[in-house]
Amino acid sequence: MPLPRGVRAIGHQVIEAIWRIGIASRFLALTLLHSGLSWRRFQLIVKELFSSGVMSLIIIGVAGTFVGMVLGLQGYETLKRYGSESALGSLVALSLVRELGPVLAALLFASRAGSAMTAEIGLMKATEQIAAMEMMAVNPVARVVAPRFWAGVISMPLLAAIFSAMGVFGGYLVGVVLIGVDAGSFWSQMQAAVDVREDIVNGIIKSVVFGIVVTLIALFEGFDAPPTAEGVSGATTRTVVESSLAILMLDFILTAFMFRGV
Amino acid sequence: MPAETLVEIRDVNFAYDNRAILKGINMSFDKGKVIAIMGGSGCGKTTLFRLIGGALKPSRGEVRISGKVIHELDERELYEMRCEMGVLFQFGALFTDMSVFDNVAFQLREHSNLPEELIRDLVMMKLNAVGLRGTHDLMPAELSGGMARRVALARTVALDPMLILYDEPFAGLDPISLSVVGQLIRKLNDALGSTSVIVTHDVQESLKIVDYVYFIADGVIRAEGTPEQIRASNDPFVHQFVHGEVDGPIPFHYAGQSSYAQDLGVQS
Repeated sequence: MPLPRGVRAIGHQVIEAIWRIGIASRFLALTLLHSGLSWRRFQLIVKELFSSGVMSLIIIGVAGTFVGMVLGLQGYETLKRYGSESALGSLVALSLVRELGPVLAALLFASRAGSAMTAEIGLMKATEQIAAMEMMAVNPVARVVAPRFWAGVISMPLLAAIFSAMGVFGGYLVGVVLIGVDAGSFWSQMQAAVDVREDIVNGIIKSVVFGIVVTLIALFEGFDAPPTAEGVSGATTRTVVESSLAILMLDFILTAFMFRGV
Repeated sequence: MPAETLVEIRDVNFAYDNRAILKGINMSFDKGKVIAIMGGSGCGKTTLFRLIGGALKPSRGEVRISGKVIHELDERELYEMRCEMGVLFQFGALFTDMSVFDNVAFQLREHSNLPEELIRDLVMMKLNAVGLRGTHDLMPAELSGGMARRVALARTVALDPMLILYDEPFAGLDPISLSVVGQLIRKLNDALGSTSVIVTHDVQESLKIVDYVYFIADGVIRAEGTPEQIRASNDPFVHQFVHGEVDGPIPFHYAGQSSYAQDLGVQS
């Protein structure tokens, strides 16, 4: 008996998704294989570091400050009920370093730099720039994809660190400067609670993983985009949606392993 | 002394899925000549162009350049061969994140270890040859369509290629730019001693500058000859194409699955 149409459609979607994951994995392998040129001519990576990393600094800094300010407000209101306002520093710092820094910085990076990478490569393909490069005996994976990939992987943990630092500053601004929590206890509680190995290194590992995944999705979607206006716009949307979901799912998995010892 | 053959296309067949695009194409391009491949939209010109460039593999037959079968080359050999080729894409395909200078210098920087001063001189010479030395600081977005095509032409000949492929070089150009690009194609070919292949449907401009013409329709060569032979041809297909007539063997309507009456619902 043939399966109902809806079930077949779901099956088709699942098979399609697995195919795409397979092709994306091969794309990653190819990118790593052709990374030599990027490291030999480091200025190629530096150029991309500027457009994906440096150009994201403002949005990361502003967003980090506001997230820290909200944490300061909400944290103070909750901690006050238990008479532990002095723990505000550790609450703000741990929330940012463990979770909010890597996750929110990656979501912002996917929306700003990831979508830009997809659109740029998709349009390069639509305007035959990629084909032209190949006909000039220049491998587009080595020349276009690999430098952007490494720039994304390098800039992501740095942006997450800046996000967390700005968040701590925002939390300090609200908690200490505006509300009046004691500055000494704010900083000393933070210093005592945050562990380098447990918190900071795990946060860095998370942001490196997010950097790899977001940049890979952005580059793959751009390279795979149908060379039409509709194709490029669809690919850009998919980059943001897939990256956001991947970040949140991976965050759960990584958190489970790192902080619960699953 | 007979001219030396640079490109030889033997019994080339190509199909996308089960749809045959090219059926048993045979062509040969002699060194130093400018050859046009003409035909209506969708006749397989661009597919043939990609087969010559090694971007596609024929389902049967072979394309030989300088005696080497293109689709049998490995990646390194193919890239070596492509260093000897120049390709001008339909709308230039200039790299939009680079200046005019960097676009023309791109291949020189990628494929040579020449000092920057020498690259600068070479780029200026190429830009001077297309009359656009003064634009070297501009970005591609600041150029008109005709200027962008000329810059792309300068980039195409940056490494003095032995074979230059042009994909619709006249598309979307005003009459003056069209004439300028046409003359440049001929002059550059003769100055470099290259062989040029122009894939186009611009009959009048092409016939002014080429040495030999192939007409493709429905995946086969329908006619070939020198521009004089083509102009004098009584073949109904060539006549319709050269004179741009509406009536003739090339149909106006794309063949559908059902008849017009069926589509309008007046006949079952």
